[in-house]
Amino acid sequence: MSVLATAGMIRQLEAIGPFDAEACMNCGVCSAACPLGIDLLPRRLFRYALLGLGDRIHDASGPIFSCLLCRACEASCPAGVHITENVRVLRHWLLQEGS
Amino acid sequence: MPLPVRDVVGILADNLRLRGSVLPIPARRATAWARDLGIPRGGETVLYTGQMYQLIPYIERLVRLEQRLGDSPLARFSGVARRANRLVNGVAFVARPGASERAEYDRVPANVARLLQKAGVAFGYLYEDDLYSGALAHDLGADEAVAAHARRVVGILRKHGVREVITIDPHTTTMLRTVYPKLVEGYDVRVRSYLEVLAECGLPVGVPLSGTVAIHDSCVYARYEGIVDEPRRLLGSVGLTVAEPENAGQWTWCCGGPAESLFPTTAAAIAGKRVEQLRAVAPDCVTMCPICLVNLRKAANGTMRLRDISDHLLDAVAERGVSAAHVGGQTQ
Repeated sequence: MSVLATAGMIRQLEAIGPFDAEACMNCGVCSAACPLGIDLLPRRLFRYALLGLGDRIHDASGPIFSCLLCRACEASCPAGVHITENVRVLRHWLLQEGS
Repeated sequence: MPLPVRDVVGILADNLRLRGSVLPIPARRATAWARDLGIPRGGETVLYTGQMYQLIPYIERLVRLEQRLGDSPLARFSGVARRANRLVNGVAFVARPGASERAEYDRVPANVARLLQKAGVAFGYLYEDDLYSGALAHDLGADEAVAAHARRVVGILRKHGVREVITIDPHTTTMLRTVYPKLVEGYDVRVRSYLEVLAECGLPVGVPLSGTVAIHDSCVYARYEGIVDEPRRLLGSVGLTVAEPENAGQWTWCCGGPAESLFPTTAAAIAGKRVEQLRAVAPDCVTMCPICLVNLRKAANGTMRLRDISDHLLDAVAERGVSAAHVGGQTQ
């Protein structure tokens, strides 16, 4: 299966605000702690962003905007990723992109 | 089915930019709670409501409308609605809560003002200049509109010579204390929640209370602002025993409210789970955020008693025979 990468996507995100997805270790504690039980947020989502998979981010618009920003994930994250701020940055990017 | 996110966020951002609030309500409604309290205008220290509690009845009306629209063919015209809203304030037409609904949430800022007065704290109020903080637009990523609004609010605080702000809800607290300094250069206003102020100066308890209440911590107070101990100290000081539910303090469980404007069904499911956790430790629950209060009340549907923390505190400091339930309106 082929995917379309958005060149310079990580630079676009970092221009919006601090975006530290690269610190994510993909351990999944965040998903386990999420009250919504959203499997997608945030670890796979951050991989999409780092790989420039803009289409996948667009497809995930629903989970991105339904995130409660409650920081249950951040309180548990062993890598100290600023998950909710990253989600806010992705929301801004989606609004700019026209989702 | 949710309405198109971009149009909903666009309407909220347009309102913030054009009318100073995501849900613009008349100043006389936003300030009605302060009538008869004799709070001076302005001053170096002000009570800042950010209109959060006052907005809840309007938000509730809009969410109900949104749910109906989301399931109808009219949802396709959300873009048209956004363009029309730029010309005419749509909220004024579609969200008209009744007097009893408004009184239920207006009671909380009045409670807080009375508590501060009883504790001997000197403060003023900005009345029509007490603007919404932009919290919801910030959460949704409407950053340009929020940055412009933050500059507007800070300009108002500077115009009035405000050096310290006392907030009454977690969302306004984190906006004014943590977000605004990143958006407005030279912003140096001291911001404290009334819970922090009262925990520091103490409450003059007139009628000690008894009983046990389940505590529901706000995610924003607990995990954004580190306010966990203060509400427990205050409740303990008035004689109440605090029952800690599963997921409390720093590990509190969200009420679901932040998802309500776009995903009301999801919000209701989260709130339902939280009510079960709270009900398991006590039939009475105390909240400290307007969004938590309204969401959990809806989910509980009368199966447990939910009150704002200020109601309990005022019961304890009020004159004998005068409780929060009688001061500003009814309780549920």
